[in-house]
Amino acid sequence: MISRKKSLREVYVWELPVRIFHWANATAIVVLCVTGYIIGNPPAILISTPPDANYWFGWIRFIHFAAAFVFILNFLVRLYWAFAGNSFAHWSNYLPLTKRQWRGIFDTTKVDVLLLSPKPVYDIGHNSLAAFTYFGVFILFIVQTLTGMAMYCVSTNNFMEPFFTWLLFECGGFFVVRQIHHIAMWAFILFTIAHIYLVFYHDYIERNGIASSIIGGWKFVREDLAEEYETEQKQQQQIQKQKDEISNRAKEK
Amino acid sequence: MEKEQSFYQELKAKGYTRRQFLKFCGIMGAMLGLQQTGLAQVVNALQSKPRKPVLWFHFQECTCCSESFLRSSHPLVGQILLEMISLDYSDTLMAASGFQAEEVRYRSMKENWGKYIMVVEGSVPLGNPGYCTIAGHSAKQIFDEAAQGASAIIAWGNCASSGCVQSAYPNPTDTKPVHKIISGKPVINVQGCPPIADVMAGVITYILTFDRLPELDAMGRPVAFYGRRIHDTCYRRPAYDAGLFVEAFDDENAKKGYCLYKMGCKGPNTFNSCAVMKWNEGVSYPIQSGHGCIGCAEPGFWDAEPLYHHLPHVRGFGIEATADQIGLGLTAVAATGVAAHAVVTNIQKRKLIKNQMDGDELNQESFAAEEQHIEQEEKALAQKARELENEKRTDKTIES
Repeated sequence: MISRKKSLREVYVWELPVRIFHWANATAIVVLCVTGYIIGNPPAILISTPPDANYWFGWIRFIHFAAAFVFILNFLVRLYWAFAGNSFAHWSNYLPLTKRQWRGIFDTTKVDVLLLSPKPVYDIGHNSLAAFTYFGVFILFIVQTLTGMAMYCVSTNNFMEPFFTWLLFECGGFFVVRQIHHIAMWAFILFTIAHIYLVFYHDYIERNGIASSIIGGWKFVREDLAEEYETEQKQQQQIQKQKDEISNRAKEK
Repeated sequence: MEKEQSFYQELKAKGYTRRQFLKFCGIMGAMLGLQQTGLAQVVNALQSKPRKPVLWFHFQECTCCSESFLRSSHPLVGQILLEMISLDYSDTLMAASGFQAEEVRYRSMKENWGKYIMVVEGSVPLGNPGYCTIAGHSAKQIFDEAAQGASAIIAWGNCASSGCVQSAYPNPTDTKPVHKIISGKPVINVQGCPPIADVMAGVITYILTFDRLPELDAMGRPVAFYGRRIHDTCYRRPAYDAGLFVEAFDDENAKKGYCLYKMGCKGPNTFNSCAVMKWNEGVSYPIQSGHGCIGCAEPGFWDAEPLYHHLPHVRGFGIEATADQIGLGLTAVAATGVAAHAVVTNIQKRKLIKNQMDGDELNQESFAAEEQHIEQEEKALAQKARELENEKRTDKTIES
């Protein structure tokens, strides 16, 4: 029997809302890209019946808009979970505000992107580079949502219409917004390629069950790393407690 | 004294009947989307209020706005419009020329300082003044002078509203639309290249009736006429929703009058009332005539070339390319990069993959011993299986 890494711990990394977000998001993006591309370049379908007997393009657009609302609401839930969820889902993962995160970005680039060192960088949740990339992707989500809603709301009567119509005109009208929306779709496609490849890569190199972790939520983590992480968390909790106590005392006085 | 006359008095003098006058008021009221009570206001304003002094300037433009204006659909409109206002200065239409014309302009400005409406056709070049100089004054000088005393500025057409073809890349004359070179004055952008004549008439009627500018959107366009997209009011819209598109200008679908979306129709991008009011006495509009909309009422429409593509080319990539071509190219690059990365990973990280890394808790000796042990066990099992089969055979032969 071939074996490696004797002492591994199972760690619950991705909570259920995170996993639901991930798959709902992935499905929505695939649907949006496919229908979006069709809306931009509709295929030549020759139908002998008159226009009133068909509605397929209308349905494609309906699916696009419906998926867009799923995508937006899903993202809003994820934003809430960035404050309510566990430490791996916390918003601070995605913004490199600490020296350690920058160090992580540097190391991961060296080891996993440029392949300059064979020794893997082990992280329990997202690695710093991936998390920072997701921050960029979240910005892309917002750009896509705003441009999409700007184009959608103009022909509706819903309550967001005045704001998005204003936004549309501020951006320079349909010509500009449509182009941004279309280019951003390609950014989604490029991200998807890199994202899926890197899942395969990490699963192959690090063998920590990263691919299945987004289904079940559990990852295999080296025992020493898990312990280190736990003590760190405890320390931070203690520091927080002490801080709270101090502030409470100050209030009492 | 003549200037103090109302529009109705002017018309009566010209021999028009009250019936014709009221018809015109009705048309204007309907176009502006007024209620019946509003209609009375229009009638009242046009027969009692003195005509507004208007100074009409031509800068960098082709005069197609004036041409459109003079060809208004309603028989009265074209003539009437010029009567409705007191057009004191219009260098292309006025009889006077040279020194006389300039004198009229200065006199009117002086007499009506702070009251007159300034109408601008064309954009103002900020580069070399030689690009547009009238009577020894640069367009910028004339504009600044007149704009100071204007109560409002109407920017006729795409040139004055957003620069049109002059400001298209690379904008050699460094031209600017009106709203970008003036602040503190109300500017109303009557978009289009040219704007629909009835829209121009409607805007003037509104200002005359209510003494204020009509409701404007974020781009400074009157909402009454530019509130809806051509796409949303187009009679070919059902073909769009049904996914029936013209693929070439001479195909069967073009004959059937299907949607021109794939021929680069900019109707989905353009806010204007072409599909509702139509052109030339309501005869037709571009899409009805079988050609896609080119989006002439939108800023920067010339730069959104080519006209016959839905999405514009992306600049800065050397060869002009659409977003799709660039996206596809980048996808190919990404796929190749990923494949190359996978190959290099297998070479660079072979030690890690083959468990030969230092620090991995792997005992080579015990690993080898275990492998040997497995091999021996497998052999023993195979041996046993063979023996069992042999036994079965001998049993069968005994039975038979």
